[in-house]
Amino acid sequence: MSSVGEELVERGLDFIRKLDEYAGLRRRLVLVKHEVTTNPAYGKVPSERTLNEKLRLGIINLDKPPGPTSHEVVAWIKKMLGLTKAGHGGTLVPR
Amino acid sequence: MLSTKEYVAVMQLHGHVGEEQLKEVIKSFVGRIYQKPPVRSSVKRALRIKEIYNIEILEIQYPFVLMRIECEHGTYVRKLIHDIGDVLGVGAHMRELRRTRTGPFKEDETLVTMHELSEAAYMWKQMNDDKPLSDIILPVEFGVSHIPKVIVMDGAVSAITHGADLAVPGIAMLHEGIKPGDSVGIFTLKGELVATGIAKMSTEQIIQSTKGIAVKTKRVIMRKDTYPRLWGRRKSQ
Repeated sequence: MSSVGEELVERGLDFIRKLDEYAGLRRRLVLVKHEVTTNPAYGKVPSERTLNEKLRLGIINLDKPPGPTSHEVVAWIKKMLGLTKAGHGGTLVPR
Repeated sequence: MLSTKEYVAVMQLHGHVGEEQLKEVIKSFVGRIYQKPPVRSSVKRALRIKEIYNIEILEIQYPFVLMRIECEHGTYVRKLIHDIGDVLGVGAHMRELRRTRTGPFKEDETLVTMHELSEAAYMWKQMNDDKPLSDIILPVEFGVSHIPKVIVMDGAVSAITHGADLAVPGIAMLHEGIKPGDSVGIFTLKGELVATGIAKMSTEQIIQSTKGIAVKTKRVIMRKDTYPRLWGRRKSQ
């Protein structure tokens, strides 16, 4: 019989396997505890985050247009999405 | 992000070379190379060693050579191509460059243009439809999808968000093949990223131990109050 907590763990592990698949990471996950469960009262599986939660902490894989600097592009996006904090992972051609 | 990069570049040759010689010289640049950052760079101009993991010639149409280059973060592709031209004897320069991958992020269905992003923002703001924008934004966990993962019990989470290192008893599951010194992602059983850290023990050592510091916490991502503090040795319910 699967409890709520164990079912939640299944969903969490599914999400982690999706991350591995996205990155092409082909490694097995090894279980080191006999029973694993998680309390549904706090936290949530990342794939179920609301838009607002994703806007607080999320990533956009952006095909940056040539021309404007990364800094300028980030400023546009902050304005577009109403964000106060945003950064970038680097551009091809620094100013 | 200090991760592997992949580029597609166009090299323009300044003179004629045979295809065999071209392939041989390019192949010789795969492996460790010396590089000195150019004058117009923001880093210290000391001689550095960078690793080129692979160069694949996609197309040759004299004087242009289209190549895919996989290399270590911090490699100057422009300088690499210049040096290839020098070794060939005729000289060459980089005509065009596109970065096609940085760490786990590549040109796939998650890649969006500014146009697509602004359309999704419009749908959200003006049409009350937040699905397009929600589909575009990836959970932060994708940023560390390419590194091995250590999954912890609920009771260990709070301490880690307060900066504590991760001890063996707090670990529920982990990837095989982790070695001391590896960057790892610390996750909850729900799949949330708690923090990134440096492994102090290997997967085998962690499996065989009952105590000790397994991961040194480097950068906390999760908010402190997400999981409650659980005092003492209690089974997480």
